[in-house]
Amino acid sequence: MCISGSAFAQTPQYSPHIQVLAASCAACHGTDGNSVGGTPVLAGLDSLHFIRQMKAFRSGERPATVMQRHAKGLTEDEIVGLAAFFATQPRVAGKLPPSVKLEPSHDH
Amino acid sequence: MTIDRRNFLKLGSAAALLTGCSPLLRAAGRPKPRVVVVGGGYAGAAAAKYLKLWGGNTVDVVVVEPSSQFVSCPLSNLVLGGSKTIDDLTFSYAALKKNHDLQWVRDSVVAIDPERKKLVLGRSDFGYDKLILAPGVDFIYDALPGLESDAARKQVPHAWKAGEQTVNLRRQLESMPDDGVFVMSIPKAPYRCPPGPYERACQVAFYFKQHKPKARIIVLDANPEIVSKKGLFTKAWADLYPGMIDYRPNSAVIEVDVAGQTVMTEFESIKGDVLNVIPPQRAGIPAQLVQANNIDKRWCEVDFLTYESMVVPHVHIIGDAVSAALPKSAHMATSQARVCANAVLAALTEQPIDASPVFANTCYSYVSDHMAMHVANVYRYNQAKKIMLSAEGGGVSDAPSELEADYARYWAQNIWSDVLT
Ligand SMILES: Cc1cc2nc3c(=O)[nH]c(=O)nc-3n(C[C@H](O)[C@H](O)[C@H](O)COP(=O)(O)OP(=O)(O)OC[C@H]3O[C@@H](n4cnc5c(N)ncnc54)[C@H](O)[C@@H]3O)c2cc1C
Repeated sequence: MCISGSAFAQTPQYSPHIQVLAASCAACHGTDGNSVGGTPVLAGLDSLHFIRQMKAFRSGERPATVMQRHAKGLTEDEIVGLAAFFATQPRVAGKLPPSVKLEPSHDH
Repeated sequence: MTIDRRNFLKLGSAAALLTGCSPLLRAAGRPKPRVVVVGGGYAGAAAAKYLKLWGGNTVDVVVVEPSSQFVSCPLSNLVLGGSKTIDDLTFSYAALKKNHDLQWVRDSVVAIDPERKKLVLGRSDFGYDKLILAPGVDFIYDALPGLESDAARKQVPHAWKAGEQTVNLRRQLESMPDDGVFVMSIPKAPYRCPPGPYERACQVAFYFKQHKPKARIIVLDANPEIVSKKGLFTKAWADLYPGMIDYRPNSAVIEVDVAGQTVMTEFESIKGDVLNVIPPQRAGIPAQLVQANNIDKRWCEVDFLTYESMVVPHVHIIGDAVSAALPKSAHMATSQARVCANAVLAALTEQPIDASPVFANTCYSYVSDHMAMHVANVYRYNQAKKIMLSAEGGGVSDAPSELEADYARYWAQNIWSDVLT
């Protein structure tokens, strides 16, 4: 069931720093970079391409609405670490959670 | 204390703890450490998922959440504007539970014994090895005379937890007279979602502009000025809704006359056809149960490397309940959840933790149905000050745009996918 059962018990492939930082990208790019749509899928992205784009966001060479803010906040080592992380993530289709109708009892 | 048979069986080895607390019994009955997450909102759902994603079969994760559904606060202002319905923002927990093999208890925590590592719920009780509280916010009505009863709180909704309250406020706006006055109030910061109230003013104005162009909005802000995206909101109000929004700073609500449809500040009484008082807030009840809300008796002080409470050892707290110079946002709640999940797993397996966490926050606000703008920052742990500080490069949009409304939508879809599948 747990496909990505990359248990802690196994040798961790990435430093906890990069693993936790990469997960922070999920709000816009999906779990492990598997976006449900709109934003680019980062999972399986060539690491050199990732690094170039992040540098271009940082310098302003590639105009963006918001990515320049994130790129500027990271160190070069972090960008390289993230590139390696995302390059090795398997691509799986990101899914939306099941929609339901609001139950009338749902009140706070 | 009654023990619900079903939960009892479901939690299986909890029996070891209930029948006797000797460490031996515990070790024999429970080969895997059990992490209990209280609250299945943005922070709690993310913590539970990432504990299993990163911890795999080395941990059992139990979530305690009273609600059967997840209703998103982000985008709920659009229900007031009319471009979204509450059902667009309501999801089941089924995929999250199934995909990550989570044990799920639909109940509320009513007592916590942190010394004996025991939780008491409405219908059962059980033990834990690690406890993560993700309780969101609780409203402080003590300083709002007039709003004591449930009926008063229905007539003057907060709509600051998405769900029935949001639908209620939308209905009131729909049945308001065409030239009516909508009065909303904003508590002193810190509160949940700094730009949220100003986005709400935009959304109500968007609805009025189309359906009740003679209606007016009075915004009573307890703060000396707009708390977030000030220049952008001021401009959006002037450009898109000229003459409609009357913004009054330094105007804390001190009393509400519900029958007279009037709110009182220190200086004036303001009558409205629809009233929306957003009360001051504090850490949710589970955090209050262990008195972890040590800052102003409201928010919880934590170690930003582990999110362990500074006053109640071995209890971790994440999300809006935390005291931090960070915006109380859903993105932030999930980022804190992942730092905490990583630290909890590291402690259980005696692995090193991330000694310098870094995470991002992006918050979009919609100024109409198709235009949005952001505030975005990277936050980095500062070793000397032991807090999260904003890194270089953060800031807000130059102007709202259609492109950013697309990105706001993608943000919502991806964060829902991340925390709920
Ligand atoms: C109108 C509005 C708009 C917003 N827009 C945005 C936005 O655009 N972007 C953004 O990032 N953020 C936004 N936010 C903020 C965001 O909603 C919060 O920051 C986020 O929900 C915090 O997550 P949390 O897990 O701490 O709390 P919650 O999501 O509130 O979760 C707390 C959970 O704890 C449970 N709980 C409470 N008491 C108990 C108990 N005794 N036992 C067990 N469980 C319990 C509750 O049922 C709830 O499910 C907005 C908020 C509002 C109100």
